[in-house]
Amino acid sequence: MTILTAGLGEHLPVGEAAVLALLGYAVVFFGIVLLMAVVMAMGRVFIARDKKAAAIQEAAHAAAQAAAAAAPAAPKPVAPGTAGELKLHDVEPRTAAMLMAIVADKMGKPLNELRFISIKEVK
Amino acid sequence: MNIGQILLNLWESSGFAALITGFVSQNSWQNLLMIIIACGLLYLAIVKKFEPLLLTGIAFGCLLTNLPGAGLYHQELWDAYVQGTPYINAAGETIEHITFTTIIHDGGLLDIFYIGVKSSLYPCLIFMGVGAMTDFGPLLSNPKSLLLGAAAQMGVFVAFFGASLMGFTGMEAASIGIIGGADGPTAIFLTSQLAPHLLGAIAVAAYSYMALIPMIQPPIMRLMTTPEQRKIKMVQTRTVSKTEKIIFPIVVTIFVALLLPDTAPLIGCLMLGNLFKETGVTDRLSDTVQNALMNIVTILLSTAVGATMVGSRFLTWETLKIVFLGVFAFALSTAGGLLGGLVMCKVTKGKVNPLIGSAGVSAVPMAARVSNVEGQKANPSNFLLMHAMGPNVAGVIGSAIAAGFLLSVFG
Repeated sequence: MTILTAGLGEHLPVGEAAVLALLGYAVVFFGIVLLMAVVMAMGRVFIARDKKAAAIQEAAHAAAQAAAAAAPAAPKPVAPGTAGELKLHDVEPRTAAMLMAIVADKMGKPLNELRFISIKEVK
Repeated sequence: MNIGQILLNLWESSGFAALITGFVSQNSWQNLLMIIIACGLLYLAIVKKFEPLLLTGIAFGCLLTNLPGAGLYHQELWDAYVQGTPYINAAGETIEHITFTTIIHDGGLLDIFYIGVKSSLYPCLIFMGVGAMTDFGPLLSNPKSLLLGAAAQMGVFVAFFGASLMGFTGMEAASIGIIGGADGPTAIFLTSQLAPHLLGAIAVAAYSYMALIPMIQPPIMRLMTTPEQRKIKMVQTRTVSKTEKIIFPIVVTIFVALLLPDTAPLIGCLMLGNLFKETGVTDRLSDTVQNALMNIVTILLSTAVGATMVGSRFLTWETLKIVFLGVFAFALSTAGGLLGGLVMCKVTKGKVNPLIGSAGVSAVPMAARVSNVEGQKANPSNFLLMHAMGPNVAGVIGSAIAAGFLLSVFG
């Protein structure tokens, strides 16, 4: 079935050219609008999915926070290999470190095998 | 041994002799003029940097095809192929039915290059490269920008109507109109199918105007919008997930190719290239398509298109009309996109800057950059680039749909 009154390689009548121009522009819009609808639908699915994933993540985070608040306070973690806390009385940490190093040297023992409980300056 | 005869034969077989002896009788003045035009185009490409990657090849192809005696391209061979008429080759044999095999056998180097244009191979491969370089994220985050890509096809159809009024046939008018799509591969794809004799003029017009977008569009943009509208800042759009970007090319291919099967080669290749980019598991292919393949095809395509600029075909009033209609189509497509942008600005109560509408004319990413620059001129803190990229890539799809429609009517 031929859709044009003129042959494919012939001049188009003005009216036919105008109708084809309008129809062509309309077809482009039609195709694009349909494509837009598909892309928007796709976008909605993904937005909903992202929201759901975010809600689940938020709920899990809130639950973890609540559990942490309900549990008794855990002891303060200490560094591995430590001999506990050292109490310093009127002594600078730098001075204390030097004192401990001197004691270890005089005793001929490695510093990590000694335990210092407190260091106090005698005035 | 007759040295004089040898020298005479050498002279008679030279292109210089052909140029001089056939200057009037065989219209070789046209070849000479085309060689000058080719040098002019080379100047524009190399010195003025007008789409140099394409225009250099086009201009050099034009130069090669117009060298008398070189026999690199045979217009009459392609005429016989298109019209299905017999062809008499250089050996005097009559070939009743021309096929690509005959062309490889009897044609010159540029005839062989041109097979890739005629078979639509090159435009499709270029589209694959364009797809691999395109990020559809801005379009996915704001799907309404697709409408601007449709609105900006106005120039295609008005120029089609104008070309019909100016005496072109329907097939020629369709090929001229598609210049308004501002999409080189689409213009070459459609013209090689409908009006191959106009291919050189249309390709040169399309690529020249694409290079001139920063000069053609801004006056129209300023004319159609107010300073207040140009100052509008658009809000940040949502982030698009990787899955969405992977699904998009598959959905578009199925949807558009089912709607307009004639667009399947272009849209299919565009979306395959994009899928290579987005999957994350085909990086090597994406890299090849974007670089090596794109470069190779650009060389072959541009040279082959330039080869069609044979003097006797190019130096006509039709070429001048095409040049005029081409700029008319570009300007109207820009105006169409801006009209779409103005409507969206009105409907959204000033949330959309109408300047992004002009980016709907395809020409990725030049048109989007022009929108951004004009926006920043009105308001230096305005960044429209990402917002304009949506209509810009939508324009590629829109012009492919327009080409599909014209092909379904005239193909």
